[in-house]
Amino acid sequence: MASSAAGDPRDFLGVDAGLADEERDIRDAVREHAGSNLAPHVAEWFETGMLPARELAKEFGRLGVLGMHLEGYGCAGTSAVAYGVACRELEAVDSGLRSFVSVQGSLAMFAIHRWGSEEQRQRWLPGMAAGELLGCFGLTEPDAGSDPGAMRTRARRDGSDWVLDGTKMWITNGTVADVAVVWAQTDDGVRGFLVPTDTPGFTAREIKHKLSLRASLTAELVVDGVRLPADAAFPEVRGLRGPLSCLNEARFGILFGVVGAARTCYEAALEYTLAREQFGKPLAAHQLTQRKLADLVVEVNRAALVALHLGRLKDAGTLHHHQVSFGKLANVRAALEVARTARTLLGANGISLEYPVIRHLANLETVLTYEGTEEMHALSLGQAVTGIPAFR
Amino acid sequence: MPNIVVLVKQVPDTYSERKLNESDHTLDRESADAVLDEINERAVEEALKIKEASEGEVTVLCVGPDRATDAIRKALSMGADKAIHVSDESLHGSDMVATAKVIAAAIGRVEGVDLVIAGNEASDGRGGAVPAMLAELLGMPQLTHARQVTVDGSTVQVDRETEEGLTHLEAGLPAVISVTEKINEPRYPSFKGIMAAKKKPVETLTVADLGVDAGEVGLANAWSTVLEAAPKPPRTAGQRVDDEGDGGTKIAEYLVGQKLI
Repeated sequence: MASSAAGDPRDFLGVDAGLADEERDIRDAVREHAGSNLAPHVAEWFETGMLPARELAKEFGRLGVLGMHLEGYGCAGTSAVAYGVACRELEAVDSGLRSFVSVQGSLAMFAIHRWGSEEQRQRWLPGMAAGELLGCFGLTEPDAGSDPGAMRTRARRDGSDWVLDGTKMWITNGTVADVAVVWAQTDDGVRGFLVPTDTPGFTAREIKHKLSLRASLTAELVVDGVRLPADAAFPEVRGLRGPLSCLNEARFGILFGVVGAARTCYEAALEYTLAREQFGKPLAAHQLTQRKLADLVVEVNRAALVALHLGRLKDAGTLHHHQVSFGKLANVRAALEVARTARTLLGANGISLEYPVIRHLANLETVLTYEGTEEMHALSLGQAVTGIPAFR
Repeated sequence: MPNIVVLVKQVPDTYSERKLNESDHTLDRESADAVLDEINERAVEEALKIKEASEGEVTVLCVGPDRATDAIRKALSMGADKAIHVSDESLHGSDMVATAKVIAAAIGRVEGVDLVIAGNEASDGRGGAVPAMLAELLGMPQLTHARQVTVDGSTVQVDRETEEGLTHLEAGLPAVISVTEKINEPRYPSFKGIMAAKKKPVETLTVADLGVDAGEVGLANAWSTVLEAAPKPPRTAGQRVDDEGDGGTKIAEYLVGQKLI
């Protein structure tokens, strides 16, 4: 079969031969869906900064991608690797689309699935899995990014109710969400709250002027005297362990997803340099081009191997968050390198939306810093190998 | 509650280069990616629609080598309930008559079949005769080239479309139906469907299990033989017409010269 032959430009090392049958089927289902329903529109969504979030959610829900690796409550219950592969194939189209799925599945749904009460799970998860309800996740604040412990959003008791005040920043899908998972300081440490977005005092304002991740909706959330019943809080979890567990899930989707973005850039560069002729022969026949193409194929495939390996560890239940940091750091860096080099291979077309490369390159600048900046993941690795935390 | 058998076939992807083996002129299965034939996805879709309207059960039946399990799994992922896979080295190179006999024998193992649904022709061999042969062997009415199917109690109505026109057919169940590309748009398998497919029963049978005589199947027993095969010659360059204000006239002259207008 062509896909297992050495030299297949899409999968040079035959990484996907290591997938189980159903993981390959899921890959193909996402590719089919993405190829006919997403790829033809994504450049326009990026250019206009608009995304038909509701329709996308319903299509993703029908496919089963939302919360796909969670068990029960209408979720498909796939392996972590299958989830990673789905992220990879979505991000091969655009990081914004993978972010959409990450936020719904790994942040909002995972938070409710992992930390929510049975009532909270029953109320929200089936609709979210079906794409009828959208969720968002509010941790980052204008003055609390890498240091979420410095958050100012507060929840105070008023009788049995909770009252929330504060601001959350850079919240994907905040303007279209039905429910926001909001993390806030309490007398008892940081706690998570499920805030229906039609609660009085909740507002979401779209963040404009982004030059990256434009096929994605980003919001600032304000909770101003938002009154919630006692059962709106996640019952058990206290402290940053709650939100960080969710970020760890999302980072796993990223370290797999960026392999897709890198692969698309590499394929675009390969196709372009084979077709375009300068000095009487294809660009791809020039030695400097081949040097670059070789570097690209190495980076793309090494990142793919790292992702698959970490996915297997996750399915075995032994994946440590330091290893997730390794994957996020290494693979996002690799993807950015690939995108930048691919961009040079396309010459002037490397900056045109007619080709996917500059879009991916711009997107990856977001991916580099969200869900833990490159520097924070370096510090995580530094702590892992030295035993000495150097965060502050 | 119709009990439906859908025939599916794994074929070389029409997007890849399709070749014949040089030694025996049978399909070179290694040279191309193998997929569930698209027309079969429509046959499965139609079976699932009928099942969803009135319950019932959908069995996928596939004759093909071991790796045809991929095609079977796709049909199960779409929502079929179970599968029968006839896989036997001795079937290599079988012609349509032998294939129909094997399929008929396999259908005989499904109790109380009401409907057999197939694609009108596979995209590899393009024979298009298996559904009719099968109806003959099973003693069932054949309603082929359907672009619409309606099951109503114990009868089935079909709009049959051919180049000559549209025919409205009706038959009592059980019956054999073949569908055309216009029948429906097949669904994508959902992830839940893909996960569920792993647990659905697939019965794998040999020719001997079916009680079919091995002397009736395979390349050696085919009624027709491919003596020679040559790849299609590459396309020749077209004729270039430079427009010097009279381009339209030149094109018209060319078309007249070719007796096209």
